[in-house]
Amino acid sequence: MTDTATLESIRNTVEGHDVVLYMKGTPLFPQCGFSSLVSRVLQHMGVEYHSVNVLEDMDVREGIKVYSDWPTIPQLYVKGEFIGGCDIVKEMFETGELKAFFDEKGIEAA
Amino acid sequence: MPMAADDISRLIREALPDAQVEIEDLAGDGDHYRATVVSPAFAGLPRVKQHQLVYNALGGRMGGELHALALITRAP
Repeated sequence: MTDTATLESIRNTVEGHDVVLYMKGTPLFPQCGFSSLVSRVLQHMGVEYHSVNVLEDMDVREGIKVYSDWPTIPQLYVKGEFIGGCDIVKEMFETGELKAFFDEKGIEAA
Repeated sequence: MPMAADDISRLIREALPDAQVEIEDLAGDGDHYRATVVSPAFAGLPRVKQHQLVYNALGGRMGGELHALALITRAP
């Protein structure tokens, strides 16, 4: 069960940073290949982001899936909007859409 | 318990009857798949919504039984 306090706290995090990545592990020590890939894409693009390690908090780990109606982690948020998980980020990066998207949102990316 | 490729394909087609579904077993272990789903139902939808339609078809198995399903979706 996900309580409203957890969802409220997730909302504050997601809306309090331009770019937020919910992931397993940390950017320096990712604990899942999918999380690792998305954090490497963001680092490669030089995008500043806030990361949340869902393995540190079971409420957040389950709550983020409810918040986005999305069953897996990692999850990328930009200016409060849920962008997608690993497959979507990877595809958008490869097609150049991700760079265009960050430009459009006014977020610095190489 | 991992899922068989045929079961994944069947569930997707039950929910999206017009879809062409192709499943590849990426590691040959019956646990790491890539599904390519082409359906008219995706027309005009952002990728997140397209993927959600497929996840809904899988009835909650994604992220649980199905840890490693890479997904590619597009409209025909």
